Amino acid sequence: MANKVTSAVMRQGLRVLGVAIRTEKVVFTFAVLASAVYGGMTVASAWALGWATQNVVLAAFDRGEVTTGALWTGVLLIMGTALLKALGVAGRRILAGLMQYRMQARSRRDVTKQYLRLPLSWHHRHPTGQLLSNASSDAEAAWAPLAPLPMAVGVVVMLFTAAIGILFTDLMLALVGFFIFPAIALLNLVYQRRLSPLVTRAQQLRAEVSEIAHESFDGALVVKTLGREELETDRFRRRAHELRDANIAVGKVRGLFDPLLEALPTLGVLAVLAVGALRLSTGSIDSGQLVQVAYLFTLLSFPIRALGWVLAELPRSVVGWGRVQAVLDAEGSMTYGETASRPDGPASLEVKDVSYAYGDTEVLHEVSFDVPAGRTVALVGPTGSGKSTLVQLLVRLVDPASGQVRLDGVDLRDLPYGGIAESVALVPQQTFLFDDTVRGNIALGLPVDDERVWRALRLAQADGFVAGLGDGLGTHVGERGTTLSGGQRQRLALARAVVREPRLLILDDATSSVDPQVEARILYGLRDRSQASTVVVVAYRMATIALADEVVFLDRGRVADRGTHAELLDRCPGYRDLVTAYEREELERATLDTDTDTDTDTDTDTDTDRRPGLEEEEIRA
Amino acid sequence: MTVESGRIGAGAERSAWGVVRQGLSLTPEFRKGLGVTLVLAVIATSGKIIVPLAVQQTIDTGIATGHPDLPYITRMVAVCAMAVLLTAAAAYLMNVRLYKATESSLATLRVRGFRHVHDLSVLTQNTERRGALVSRVTNDIDQISTFMQWGGLMIIMAFGQLIIASVLMFVYSWQLTLLVWACFVPLMIALPRFQRWLSAAYTRVRERTGDMLAAVSESVVGAAVIRAYATERRTAERIDQAVDANKAAQVKAQTIVGFVFPLTEIVAALAIAGIVLLGVRLGLSGDITAGQLVAFLFLITLFVAPMQTATEVLNEAQNAIAGWRRVLGVIDTPADVADPGDDGTAPPRGPISVAFEDVTFAYPGGPPVLREVTVDIPPRSRLAVVGETGSGKTTFAKLLTRLMDPVSGRVLVDGHDLRGVRFSSLRERIVMVPQDGFLFDGTLQENILYGKPSATREEITLALTELGLADWLEGLPAGLDTPVGQRGESLSAGERQLVALARAYLADPDLLLLDEATSAVDPATEVRLARALEGVTRGRTAVTIAHRLSTAENADEVLVFDGGRLVQRGPHAELVGEPGVYADLHASWISAARS
Repeated sequence: MANKVTSAVMRQGLRVLGVAIRTEKVVFTFAVLASAVYGGMTVASAWALGWATQNVVLAAFDRGEVTTGALWTGVLLIMGTALLKALGVAGRRILAGLMQYRMQARSRRDVTKQYLRLPLSWHHRHPTGQLLSNASSDAEAAWAPLAPLPMAVGVVVMLFTAAIGILFTDLMLALVGFFIFPAIALLNLVYQRRLSPLVTRAQQLRAEVSEIAHESFDGALVVKTLGREELETDRFRRRAHELRDANIAVGKVRGLFDPLLEALPTLGVLAVLAVGALRLSTGSIDSGQLVQVAYLFTLLSFPIRALGWVLAELPRSVVGWGRVQAVLDAEGSMTYGETASRPDGPASLEVKDVSYAYGDTEVLHEVSFDVPAGRTVALVGPTGSGKSTLVQLLVRLVDPASGQVRLDGVDLRDLPYGGIAESVALVPQQTFLFDDTVRGNIALGLPVDDERVWRALRLAQADGFVAGLGDGLGTHVGERGTTLSGGQRQRLALARAVVREPRLLILDDATSSVDPQVEARILYGLRDRSQASTVVVVAYRMATIALADEVVFLDRGRVADRGTHAELLDRCPGYRDLVTAYEREELERATLDTDTDTDTDTDTDTDTDRRPGLEEEEIRA
Repeated sequence: MTVESGRIGAGAERSAWGVVRQGLSLTPEFRKGLGVTLVLAVIATSGKIIVPLAVQQTIDTGIATGHPDLPYITRMVAVCAMAVLLTAAAAYLMNVRLYKATESSLATLRVRGFRHVHDLSVLTQNTERRGALVSRVTNDIDQISTFMQWGGLMIIMAFGQLIIASVLMFVYSWQLTLLVWACFVPLMIALPRFQRWLSAAYTRVRERTGDMLAAVSESVVGAAVIRAYATERRTAERIDQAVDANKAAQVKAQTIVGFVFPLTEIVAALAIAGIVLLGVRLGLSGDITAGQLVAFLFLITLFVAPMQTATEVLNEAQNAIAGWRRVLGVIDTPADVADPGDDGTAPPRGPISVAFEDVTFAYPGGPPVLREVTVDIPPRSRLAVVGETGSGKTTFAKLLTRLMDPVSGRVLVDGHDLRGVRFSSLRERIVMVPQDGFLFDGTLQENILYGKPSATREEITLALTELGLADWLEGLPAGLDTPVGQRGESLSAGERQLVALARAYLADPDLLLLDEATSAVDPATEVRLARALEGVTRGRTAVTIAHRLSTAENADEVLVFDGGRLVQRGPHAELVGEPGVYADLHASWISAARS
């Protein structure tokens, strides 16, 4: 839509530039001053050369001698204007960069602050990829025109000075200039108009080619196991060829306009020579002036393109800025209360008539239950029953549409910022590690000594592998650190929670990737210290459920039943179906087997569990 | 040239010229007609001296004396104008030819690289981070293309420009030519040094940008944890630091550019001043005309642009060669698990038997993870594979599907060595469902069709029904047209596994290998699925890497792995009775479920 330089885009683009100029007044002012020096000195250097030609070179050739004074004046003029021009160029480039990078950094800081401020429900509505590109490429694109902007302003100064200079030199030569330069500017405009949609398309296709490669390599195992390499290559080839054609289309436009933009000023110089020779013969100008104007045309032909560069960046800038601004304008943040309550000992939790919906789909419907202080409650339910959503409500990652969640009798919304984190620790289903050390990931800024960190690691059964890492607690983990297996990451996340000695610990299927034997030891440890905290645990595994004093059975967003494991087994068919699925299967099979084969009666009463460990080998390959 | 087995070559062993030579040999489209393009480039470049030449002619034919030969000047200008148009036309043709040639050849190279990555074994692919692998067919190629279309052209044009200008200068005055070169040579010598500074500065910018992007992504990817632990402020500080460090690196690089770039202007001014000083003296002794002297001043401008862009061009040349090296590195990495193609056999479809003969496997540089495994799997048998983490059961599966080749020993399918069986036959007959149900961004139907592109919608529905998943399908908002999102992320892990299973089932293989393929499905669904599978795999060979006891109990035979060895084999009923690994495993399964 916005890939053409329409007048609307121009207006918006100038507004965006206005924002930057207002924000970085000082830097911009100096950048423009430096650029004006550059522009002025470019014209002046042509003038110095003309002067030297007339008063030194031609004078000498005419008279057969040269005055030392004129000679050194010429040299001084040439060197002086060049030095000032060089300073102007350096200042312009450095300051333009400073302005651009400062604005980019500012946008990035603002956008990420907003990401941190906005509630999780807002994050749920926006794809991760989009948010990341808002903070990276969009923030970059928004301020990209700032790089050539001061130069463009300098060029305007340059053209203005040049125009006045030529006008004073000779009207006829000025007419040539007034024809050539607007023609260059116009050609530039046409050029950018034709080029930008093509460039945008090529960029889009480049992103698509990259996406296909990414996806295809990610799915390499599937591609191989089904023998679909050729199919994938065709898919990639189609897009790669589209990209090729798009790039060639860009090349054709560039290939046409670049030589034209070079030829036009050259033709201008030739015109100056022809017209100038005529004017010279009538005595209207001298030779020095002719050389000066011709030289000026040579110098101006390139910088004048800077106007086009700004123009070319504007459409991208407008789009990028719009996206950044949309994030900054996003409304909605959590409000906090001031009820400070921090009794010692385990916390009590009350969930009262809580409902929650993603868009139109209600995922929780008037859910109520309570967890008395010091007790352990298991949340059990089939996939999609709303367990993870409920967990998010318990730590106020999101607020309920209706109903209340109360911690020690206080509505979570009345607690101050940080008040929940002080008492409650959540171990989510998806482990997230920061790009930080093991210690940093566990402490997360909490002032704890190493001893306490190790204690937490021991409880999470993570002390063994952490001790084996290169730098122990100081080992860098996370996205770009040491590679850890899923189970190891989960154990670090668990240590992060228990190091805080929370009064309420919430585990959302937090040991799913841990070997059953290790999990058993973790659960044993947690039970040992369970006096210290209240525990809410989401689980399928019998071993975990067995740890709970009470079970809340969720089905399709409602509390279908609650009670002890034994009670639910007895009276709740849905629960029984879910947790005894394996058991019943065993039973049926055993019965079947006893009919045909009497040797197997030893295991008719076995429970089974799921997923014995599967980590290290997977990681390795 | 040696490429370490199991690693993707970085191409570091090649010299820059070697890279360029080999790169060009791989891009015939680029070399074809390159001569014509170069001739056009020479014509286009020679256009640059038209202006100095015209200036000299104009001045020497009378301007200096104040009585110009107007008819001559008019004719001369007209001829020059024609020449300008001609060189512009040459430049246009050259550009179009260059773009077409580079883009076509690079598209071919890109596709070739992509295909080759898929030909590499999973093992080799995994030695490199995914992003870096993608880069080899995207950014690296783009870098080559930028260089071929701009930087490389600039080098050729710049040399042409310098040579033509120097020749003309020399014709006018050898003394002044020497003076000009004396001014520019020190700059030329210094340029590579500037380029090194700049390149180091740019490398720092890239590193800091990486840090910044990683920090920024935490605020998005870690949104839940940050809120749960109220670490917004700490995270914001870390992000601000990374953003500011990135900015500082950018400003520093820009400052270097800012100082280096205008140096040329100063050198040029020095040369101009020198020409005026020396030229006037030469003129007085009659060695040079006024027009020639002024023409020199114009010719100097032809030296400026090549010098100003040199650092940038050198930088790009370096990047392009590095990019080329990486692309060639991929293409040169031998396809370690290669398709025998037409040389291979294609055993007929139907009941399939598999045999392992003394099979040993080790990762490069590591100890064996599978040792001397000998086993045969008769047609139509149903096998369960069990063992602790790291016992070698996944390796067993990967060797059976020929995702990797054994270090020693053989894997046989219907009596043929797997290495001699055509991939088209192998992939049709043996299909594995990996634990991670990877899906492509598309609809459910598109993903299931991946198993058999020619299948109809009815076949898909039938397959899902046979697997007992009709209810699940009905519960989806748009049925088969439900979009699954990137990597299938709109579905739960369990649902992804269901789709992956349906996809493999639709492919209708003779041997179906399930690698913990339903581990994330909820218990009730999993039991239903297990029953359905039992029905549909009847008549096929089925190998299941088991994560539950019942799978082992239902199998005809159980293979028990421990420490890379096949330690036990037999029906569940038999194995559970004798002391050994299986009995221990069985006991721990039961106790875990019981605790």
